[in-house]
Amino acid sequence: MSATSLPPGVTIPPGLAIAKLPGDILPEVKPKRGAIGFLRRHPTMAIGGGLLLVMVLVAVFAPFLWTKDPTALAPALRTREPSADFWFGTDMLGRDVYSRVLYGARVSLIVGFSVAILASIAGLVIGLVSGFNRLADSIIMRVMDGMMSIPPILLAIALMALTRGSVRNVIIAITIAEIPRVSRLVRGVVLSLREQPYVEAAVASGTRTWKIIFKHILPNTLAPLTVQATYICAAAMITEAILSFIGAGTPPIIPSWGNIMAEGRALWQVKPYIVFFPAVFLSITVLAVNLLGDGLRDAIDPRLAKRI
Amino acid sequence: MDNRPVLLEVENLQTHFRTMDGVNRAVDGVSFHVRSGETLAIVGESGCGKSVTAMSILRLIPEPPGKIAGSIRFQGRDLLGLSDKEMRDIRGNEISMIFQEPMTSLNPVLTNGQQIGETLRLHQGLSKSQAEERAVEMLRLVGIPEPGRRVREYPHQLSGGMRQRVMIAIALACNPKLLIADEPTTALDVTIQAQILDLMRDLKTRVGAAIVIITHDLGVVAEVAERVVVMYAGRKVEEAPVADLFRTPRHPYTQGLLGSVPKLGSSLTGQTSRLSEIPGLVPSLKQKIPGCVFASRCPKASDLCRAVPPGLALKAPGHFAACHYAEAEGSVAA
Amino acid sequence: MSQRVLEVTDLKKHFPIRGGLFGSTIGYVYAVDGVSFHIDKGETLSLVGESGCGKSTVGKAVLRLFPLTSGQVVLNGQRIDDMSAGALRPLRRQIQVVFQDPFSSLNPRMKVRDILAEPIRNFGLARSEAEVDEKVGSLMDKVRLPRDAVNRWPHEFSGGQRQRICIARALAAEPDVIVCDEAVSALDVSVKAQIVNLLQDLQSELGLAMLFISHDLAIVEHMTHRVAVMYLGQIVEVAERRALFGAPRHPYTEALLSAVPIPEPGAARERIVLQGDVPSPIKPPPGCRFHTRCPYSMERCRKEAPRLRDDGTGHLAACHLHDLPAAENPLLNKAPPTAFRAA
Repeated sequence: MSATSLPPGVTIPPGLAIAKLPGDILPEVKPKRGAIGFLRRHPTMAIGGGLLLVMVLVAVFAPFLWTKDPTALAPALRTREPSADFWFGTDMLGRDVYSRVLYGARVSLIVGFSVAILASIAGLVIGLVSGFNRLADSIIMRVMDGMMSIPPILLAIALMALTRGSVRNVIIAITIAEIPRVSRLVRGVVLSLREQPYVEAAVASGTRTWKIIFKHILPNTLAPLTVQATYICAAAMITEAILSFIGAGTPPIIPSWGNIMAEGRALWQVKPYIVFFPAVFLSITVLAVNLLGDGLRDAIDPRLAKRI
Repeated sequence: MDNRPVLLEVENLQTHFRTMDGVNRAVDGVSFHVRSGETLAIVGESGCGKSVTAMSILRLIPEPPGKIAGSIRFQGRDLLGLSDKEMRDIRGNEISMIFQEPMTSLNPVLTNGQQIGETLRLHQGLSKSQAEERAVEMLRLVGIPEPGRRVREYPHQLSGGMRQRVMIAIALACNPKLLIADEPTTALDVTIQAQILDLMRDLKTRVGAAIVIITHDLGVVAEVAERVVVMYAGRKVEEAPVADLFRTPRHPYTQGLLGSVPKLGSSLTGQTSRLSEIPGLVPSLKQKIPGCVFASRCPKASDLCRAVPPGLALKAPGHFAACHYAEAEGSVAA
Repeated sequence: MSQRVLEVTDLKKHFPIRGGLFGSTIGYVYAVDGVSFHIDKGETLSLVGESGCGKSTVGKAVLRLFPLTSGQVVLNGQRIDDMSAGALRPLRRQIQVVFQDPFSSLNPRMKVRDILAEPIRNFGLARSEAEVDEKVGSLMDKVRLPRDAVNRWPHEFSGGQRQRICIARALAAEPDVIVCDEAVSALDVSVKAQIVNLLQDLQSELGLAMLFISHDLAIVEHMTHRVAVMYLGQIVEVAERRALFGAPRHPYTEALLSAVPIPEPGAARERIVLQGDVPSPIKPPPGCRFHTRCPYSMERCRKEAPRLRDDGTGHLAACHLHDLPAAENPLLNKAPPTAFRAA
């Protein structure tokens, strides 16, 4: 403390005990704002979100990214190795794998996002109902327990066996298979939120039940549900690929990563690239979604990390 | 004067944490000492740095994001200079600690006997049967009925008060020279708290360990402590023998603190007037405060206080206060 | 005769314990087992006891946050214990609550303004949005928070400020009774004093009745007019503040008072340290529930449950010792545990 920084009119009386303030032992941290600050605070979310954004852009702008018609057959150009003309090579019908993989991103992302949204909405409704009505709860949860005893992939296969292969049916089948898990999560969150003092205080201040659900319970369910939705999205993309791979998913005419891999299966040992490229894209997309989910979870509530 | 040898000497302790939005100066230049067999209380409100001080002594602060500076001399050795292995030999052996939450501090899959035996076998190389024998002895010492049976039970089979007794037994198993108790009775009911405080007082005379008790409860301080350190916003603002501190607190923060707790029996003596309030909030520790840390809430604060940090000055025998306006002995109006 | 705001008679709340494969009831937690008390206008009744004694359950029961097992709750002359949820809703205005934890008591996704406006709108206490705003503003004044803070989120406030918002929300309904369920227990010492003073000021200003549930006996003594002491789901003693703190007539009260650490070093007083722990409310002991820990327990205490009886001055206690001749009664003829000499 130097006397020069004293405000006017203040004098230090003689003999005054003055503390010697210790210096800093850690370098000063400047809180970063904007994009850089966000990246530093939530690196997983930024990386995951960035990768996913790239995938979405690839899917949307596939026609402009130097692609050919992904379904055009060219028997003369079968099973070409990757080259300047065919970046990822061609498959056994002479179709350009690069174009098919890029268009395939559309199917994967549509299925992933649709299932995540639909399963979340359905799970939210079911979870809210069973969290608020004891009778409905005991019936719904027994049904859900039953559904959860079947692995989701088997359930989806069984459902697909009942219908025709189409993107819409794949979405419906995977959604149904994912609903029990979401419902359980929402129900658990609702039950714990109902015990929260702010909900009890809202009851005491005469708030009607529907208002409690929509103003107090629902908004606080959305955070954990969003995190769960990203995991569902990733799981749905994998399930879709598996369904297509075993021929129970999207019709072979539509280029989806599962279909491309299924077609390349027979030639796996001689022409591995046909399977390799869609697999890499699938892995990167799933990784991106999972990173985004982990980042969201940590950003929303570090304690959630232990619960989910 | 107190002639007991100094056991622990903390000098200019700083424990800072790196966070996303700045450096948190949780403890910033705190010095105090503990003599052999003495009970020192560190009091303050949440966020004043009292628990961080305790954790720093045992070097239980994760580095990074934390960083400890200063010196912590225990029996002449600077703990901050020791290797991790040397530190492990001291923890639980020469210095041990009891925490607020007895349930989360005990391992649920070990029996009570195993928890106590673990430290003994680690530090004193006892055999399994010797360790169990000693565990029974320790449980008896801390007043657990039927120690022979309880030694084979698990922590969840005990009540909260009994668990805290087991914690104390573990802490005392190796005959430590210093026991650090961080809010040992805060989670307990008042009748159970009375049992544990009685036990701690009784054990102190029998075992002879020095105790550093960290608490926010001035009643607990008055009951067990010999000397008190008052902390506020990471700094020590006052230190005094317990009777002196409660009779003539000299720092305005301590005065405010004592005035804001009602005393039992107030309705009989007719002292049920308004409680004195300390207005405002504790300042953020992420900003550097040039002057006195309490100036923003202090009724006596002047421009001098806001610009010049007060040093700890001797105001009466053994009584230090960091306030430009604290009266020294003799000048206090009785 | 002062106006009776709340009257509770023989209140019981038994929580079923579910177990087994089909979730059948395998037992009960006798959380509250026959509790009666009343509160008048402008009066504070404190409910004290250790954790698990059922004091918070009583608070939630009179707020009708769950159905009661049995008993009567009369609020301003109207029985509310058997009312349907719909019929009860408008009456909820008369009884409001402040909880212990200021962090979980406010919806993190609502701004302060919406939190305070909710009860005003629910009970139709304002005719226009402008009036809602005016009322919200004056509530902020009442709890001494700046008016412009209404547009902030709960997480922007400290614990003490949040508790002020909780108090403002309770006042928004213009209630006759406020239940304070450990409302100052989670706060730091200096902030606690601020909130205690605020509650006292508001009470005298608005003539509120208060049910002050707490385990902190010094705060209770400071705040209250009358005290009810609970042990294992039952009230063991009720008295005016001075009577209870000066001459407790139940051994549990006596022990409780003597166990409180006093901020007065070297204070000389007799301390009664109770042995053992509180028995489980699933299987409360027969006879007097306190007999397993009572230092004066007699043969009769193990068999016969004592009733709450008046000593003639309005001081009620449930203890067989008062049937003994006064000279043999260990509770009488001694200095109160709260009277201590400074060293």
